Amino acid sequence: MISVKNLSLEVGEFALEDVSFEIPARAYCALMGRTGCGKTTILEAICGLRDVVAGSIELMSREVTALPPAERGIGFVPQDGALFSTMTVEENLGFSLAVRGRKKGAVSERVGRLAELLGMSGLLQRRIQGLSGGEKQRVALGRALAFEPGILCLDEPLSALDDETKEGLIDLLSEVREETGVTTLHITHSLQEARSLCDMILVMEDGRVRELPVDGDSPADGQEGDG
Amino acid sequence: MSEPEVDRSGPDAVKTSSPGGSFSRWQSDWGFLVALILIGSFYVIMLLAMLAADLTWTSPGHFLEALSSDEIQYSIRLSLMSCTLAAILSVWVAVPIGYLMSRFNFFGKGLIDAILDIPIVLPPLVVGLSLLVLFHTSAGVWVEDLFKSVFGTGITYQIPSVVLAQFMVACAFAVRTMRATFDQISVRQEDVALTLGCSRFQAFWRVTLPEARNGLITALTLAWARSLGEFGPILVFSGATRMKTEVLPTTVYLEMTTGSLEAAVAVSILMVFFAVAVLFTIRHFGSDRALGRVI
Repeated sequence: MISVKNLSLEVGEFALEDVSFEIPARAYCALMGRTGCGKTTILEAICGLRDVVAGSIELMSREVTALPPAERGIGFVPQDGALFSTMTVEENLGFSLAVRGRKKGAVSERVGRLAELLGMSGLLQRRIQGLSGGEKQRVALGRALAFEPGILCLDEPLSALDDETKEGLIDLLSEVREETGVTTLHITHSLQEARSLCDMILVMEDGRVRELPVDGDSPADGQEGDG
Repeated sequence: MSEPEVDRSGPDAVKTSSPGGSFSRWQSDWGFLVALILIGSFYVIMLLAMLAADLTWTSPGHFLEALSSDEIQYSIRLSLMSCTLAAILSVWVAVPIGYLMSRFNFFGKGLIDAILDIPIVLPPLVVGLSLLVLFHTSAGVWVEDLFKSVFGTGITYQIPSVVLAQFMVACAFAVRTMRATFDQISVRQEDVALTLGCSRFQAFWRVTLPEARNGLITALTLAWARSLGEFGPILVFSGATRMKTEVLPTTVYLEMTTGSLEAAVAVSILMVFFAVAVLFTIRHFGSDRALGRVI
C-alpha cells in the first residue's frame, strides 16, 4: 500500500502542496498528468530522493517520510533506465543483492530466475552499451525487482520505445505483476498503456490528484499524447 | 527569359537570383576556408618548427652524453618521483572536491569555485612566493617543525617543497577535470543505487567512481604533466640547488645559465617525449571530454 497524505514538496521554483492519494496493496496504479505537473517529483519523494516539506508517506502501513531511500524497499525504474554502464547485465541484476551482502550462489540463483522471467538468459554476460532500448528497460526492471521489493515505482519506462518493443514490455509488466503481486506506481502519458496495465488511474491536475475510471470512455480526461 | 537560379544545396540555403550566384557563393566560402587554414596553420607550423629546431640543435650523441651526467640523472629521478607523488596527492584531493562541487549546492559555492581556480590564474612565481611566505609564518614554522620531527627533513628548500609546489598547481587542474567528469555522470545512477540499498558512500564507491575511471586517468595524467612542467614555484620555494631540489625544468634553466645549450636542449627533448606520452595516455585511456572542459 502507498499512502501519501497532505504532501508538500519544493524543487527550486516548483512547488506542490497538500497532495494526497492512496494506492491499495498489490494494485497497479498509473499516475498521469501534463508534462511538468510534478508526477516525477512525487514519485521521487516516495522513493526518498526528494526532501518533503510537509505531509507524510506510508508504504505498506509503515511511515517512511524521513527514511533514506535504501530503507524504503522500493524498486525504482527511471525513464532512461540509468543502468550501471561499467557492469554486465548480470552484475546490474544482482547489484541490490551484492549490496546486501548475499552469498554469490544466492545472487546467481536469483539473477538466473529473473533473467528467465525477463527473457534475458542469453544476455547475462553482455555489457550495457550493446543492449537495445527494450533490453535496457528489461534489465532496469529486473534490477529493481531483484531484492523483491514491496513497491515498484516506474517513471515512464516505455516512453522511448517503439510500438513493438512497448507491446512486449507491457506483456512483461503484466506477467511481473501476476507473478510478484508487487504494488506498482507507473508514470505514463499514454491512457492506452494505463488501461492495458492498471487497475487504478490517478491524474494530476493543478496540483491535485483525482482518480480516473479505468474503463471510462473519455480519452480527454487522461491527457493522452501530451508530451 | 531564363528563370532565376535557386540554390538547392540545403533546406536553409541562401536563394540567389543571378545565374552566377552559386559560383560566387562558392568563391566566398573558398576565401573564408583559406583564411581559416592560413591562420590555423601558422600556429601549427610554429609548434612543429619549435620541436624540429630542438631536434636539429642536438645529436643522439649529445643527447646520450647529457643524459648520462649525474646531475641530470638525479634531476630525472627527482622529477619522476615528485611528479608521481604530486599527481597522486592531486587526484586524492580532487576526487572529493570535484564530487562535492558537482553534486551539491551550498552557501559560498561560487566563492569556493573561484578560490579553486586561483592556482590556474596566479602567476607561477607568486604561487612559489606565497608558499615561501606561508612557511615563514608561525603556523607554517610549526607545520615545518612537526614535519621535520616525523619525517626527518624540513619542507622549505628541501625535496618536500618540490612536491608541495607541484601539487599546489597540479591539483587545481585535477579538480577541474574531476568536476567535469562527475558533471557528465548522471545523478540518476546514484539515485537508483540509493533505492537499491546503497548508502551515499556505497553509491559513490560502487557506481560513480567506476564510471569516473577515464576522468581519473585524465586527472592523474594531467596533474603529472603539469607537475613536470612546473618551474616558477619550485625556483622560489625550493631553490635551484644541484643534486638536491633540481627537477627537469630547473636543469634546463641551470644548463642555460652556464652556457650549456646542448644539455638544456637534450633535457627539453626528454620533456617533450614525456609530454607526448601524456597526450597519448589521455587520448587512449582517459576522457577527452573531461579534458576539453578543463584546458
